[in-house]
Amino acid sequence: MNALPEIWTYLRQEPLLWLSATLLAYAVGDTVFLKSGKRPYMNPVLIAVSLLALLLWVTDVSYPTYFEGAKFVHFMLGPATVALAAPLYANLDKVRAAALPMFAALIAGSVTAIVSVLAIAYAFGVRGEILLSLAPKSVTAPVALGISESIGGSPTLTAVLVILTGVMGAVMATPLLNLLGIKDWRARGFALGVASHGIGTARAFQVNETAGAFAGIGMGLNAILTALIVPLIIQIFA
Amino acid sequence: MIYHLTVLLLCQLAGEFLSQSLNLVVPGPVVGMVILLGLFMLLPKLAMAVQPTALGLLSHLSLLFVPAGVGIVGHLDKLGSDGVPILFALAASTALAITVGALVFVGMSRLVERRK
Repeated sequence: MNALPEIWTYLRQEPLLWLSATLLAYAVGDTVFLKSGKRPYMNPVLIAVSLLALLLWVTDVSYPTYFEGAKFVHFMLGPATVALAAPLYANLDKVRAAALPMFAALIAGSVTAIVSVLAIAYAFGVRGEILLSLAPKSVTAPVALGISESIGGSPTLTAVLVILTGVMGAVMATPLLNLLGIKDWRARGFALGVASHGIGTARAFQVNETAGAFAGIGMGLNAILTALIVPLIIQIFA
Repeated sequence: MIYHLTVLLLCQLAGEFLSQSLNLVVPGPVVGMVILLGLFMLLPKLAMAVQPTALGLLSHLSLLFVPAGVGIVGHLDKLGSDGVPILFALAASTALAITVGALVFVGMSRLVERRK
């Protein structure tokens, strides 16, 4: 029989341990979220990420070792994006009827997201590569990284900013939209998807399926629009 | 469920193929979503079958962002001395974008309703 330290040395290098840890940390986060009565600041992603970051730090395991296990979960982002077709199909009549409001909200939300983050950071004296990396922060990660690279930003930094934006949007959306008195699930979901991509969309699905469907559309459309207009908008700040 | 997952993966594969071959800005999975929506509209039976699996996957969409989220923790120092202004800019800009997007949506849908 092997001694416990040897078993640990073996397991800490194994994908199985880190895949299990990822699912377990999410289960903890989701339970806390549900037990709290779905409080938006009890965000399951935020809780799971904090637990896992702490665990990796305590056990001195590197991110690449962790990702060998977690990549199986990460991979499912692709099929899940495809799966957005399902709520979209179920809400097709509502989507058709809301084409014009969506088009207007897409342009308004997208331009506001890009211009305001650049203007505020610029006012604080942020310049150069860091400023450029901020521009695509509201867009789903794979597109944001591509945009960042093409305008001279840092894709790594953009990845960090994209995730932060997603979590912030997911946490603030419900109280903010309640404060504004907006009860239309379509408007609530769509605005969140445009501003906070997939993490916002995940939050929208926790609340309401129609909101989730519209968030998914907002996310998809904003990926396209942002890629087209960011190169034009950054010229103002150059 | 495995068959339904196969449908999702094949749509993603087709989307990836189109995205790469046509040099689209839209990533493969988003193109795959459009393809699957098209298939659903052509074959309502397929939609009925795949719907539960797809919605099941989406009900835990949050989980799928956890690995990437853990990845950024080690990079938070990249924000450097600009950390606080950047976090403020992100928070303010996200709040503004949600506000403007939602208000424009509601305003525009009222205009459309009134014209009918």
